[in-house]
Amino acid sequence: MPKIIPVPDELSQPFWDAVNERRLVIQNCTACDKLQYPPQAVCQICGSSDWLEWQEPEGKGHIAAYIVIEDGRLNRRMPDQPYNLALVTLDQDPTVNFYSNLPGVPAYEVPVGAAVELTFEEVAPGQLIHEWRVVE
Amino acid sequence: MTSSNDFQWRRDQDGLGVWEHRGQVAIAGYGHSPVDRRWDEKNLDTSLGAYTIMACEKAMEQAGVTIDQVDGIVCCDSHIAGGSGGTASQWAPRPYFDPPYDSEYGLTLINAQWLIDNMGFKNVKFAPTGVPTIGEMVGMASQAVGDGVCSTCLVIYPTGNMEGRYRRGGENADDYARGARQWTVPWGNHGGNDFINIFPHRQYLMKYGGEHEDLVHFVRNQHKNGMLTPWGYNATHNIQPISVEDYIGSRPILNPLRIWDCDRPVNASAAYLFTTSERARDMKSQPVYVLNHSQHNFRFRTTQPDLDEVEMWTDRQAARMYEGAGLGPADVDIFNPYDGYSIMTQFFLEGFQWHGVKRGEALSFYAGDISVKGPHPFSSSGGNLGNGRTRTAMYTDSIEQLRGTAGDRQVTVRAETALCAFTTPSSGGWLMLGKYPS
Ligand SMILES: [Zn+2]
Repeated sequence: MPKIIPVPDELSQPFWDAVNERRLVIQNCTACDKLQYPPQAVCQICGSSDWLEWQEPEGKGHIAAYIVIEDGRLNRRMPDQPYNLALVTLDQDPTVNFYSNLPGVPAYEVPVGAAVELTFEEVAPGQLIHEWRVVE
Repeated sequence: MTSSNDFQWRRDQDGLGVWEHRGQVAIAGYGHSPVDRRWDEKNLDTSLGAYTIMACEKAMEQAGVTIDQVDGIVCCDSHIAGGSGGTASQWAPRPYFDPPYDSEYGLTLINAQWLIDNMGFKNVKFAPTGVPTIGEMVGMASQAVGDGVCSTCLVIYPTGNMEGRYRRGGENADDYARGARQWTVPWGNHGGNDFINIFPHRQYLMKYGGEHEDLVHFVRNQHKNGMLTPWGYNATHNIQPISVEDYIGSRPILNPLRIWDCDRPVNASAAYLFTTSERARDMKSQPVYVLNHSQHNFRFRTTQPDLDEVEMWTDRQAARMYEGAGLGPADVDIFNPYDGYSIMTQFFLEGFQWHGVKRGEALSFYAGDISVKGPHPFSSSGGNLGNGRTRTAMYTDSIEQLRGTAGDRQVTVRAETALCAFTTPSSGGWLMLGKYPS
């Protein structure tokens, strides 16, 4: 199941470096006390970059909703179809959300509302991505 | 030529008050080309260029305007099949024909300069480049005419489609995810309005109740209205409204999103003639007046917009539009929101509270009488689900309803104001039209 490989840029390099060490870091504006993901050049509340720092949130979330990709447009993922795409909210701040294919959960058998925890998946030699798995 | 960025035309902030040109700008004519499924890359009479010239000529003819009178051209120079499309959008470079079809312009792309060169416009003084989609173009033209930047302005929206599956190839065929795609594509989100809306739609069903399949009443009604739209794809290709069974049994795309929830890409062009209300009164056809235009471009706060965000965005769109038009929900007779995916239209209906529909009430509203002959003629145009992906049916139907020329689609309720749009929950624009200038 080859996933598509993220290409870090200047802004996201620290993020992906951390992921490759099996750590999730997201931006926090210490002035606004607001987490934000994906990373942005400035804080979405105050518009400043001065108080942005990387923070490692607790890797806990919940499944808010899901769909099943039956006929997507991404060539590399077509052999995986149908596959789950879940929306995972971060427990620490549910306005921050992530996508997940919920490794190990068969298509259409997604427990909406269930707790999930952070995991990582290798998509290319040395390149991980952050994923979420259902807490048993 | 000026760039669209050089001209401050947008009304994309909260609290701007009543539009300063309310009722002083009018639409005096429109024209549609035939709507084909695809261009065959051979017949120059059915290329996007030929179809755009045809649409412009019809719009000018309806208004009774000559080539020499046109002093503004606002033309979207995208074929809308998208930048992420491979065979369906990377149509160039390839062998070309004799002039004027010796480049991609005229075949699958149209811009103002190509039209000036090939239609013989001599007095165009406003022909911006980098023109956005129809949802915003109508606002740009309205503001340009209102500000006196030009007085007789053609707005042209070509929509191209050729062989190949839609938006396959290009960056969608890439093994790597670059730029903003690094946050979506590794998990399977190819990016688009389908993904923007499908999660909020799922949350909507969980929050308010109802099943995805309840949308069939809306989709069927769009098909019915499309069959009453003589120029549209469905009517010209005899696409009969689907049955409930057909809908439920249809192919899943992004389950629960089905094929019949998606509009059909087409090859077509449309043109509208905007002018001052003063000039429009002396033109050949009954004018309809622009009461307000508004735009929005809301930023996602995180990876995926959720229901709360989409509801907030559509509330703000409604507030901006109603304030600028000096009207409220009860004043809107004709309502033609965007329906390119059926799953988003309820957000607009409820945000604008048309016919009193509040949050969570859209599905039961759809299950009632929303036919054009009934008391709640919702989306009388048939939109894009009913006419193909022209993104213009909402505008044309609104004009026709206000003029009383919608034929079999003519509503039986009052038709003095019309609200129409091509917009997603996050970005696009709205246009309020009136039978009367005030
Ligand atoms: Zn801040």
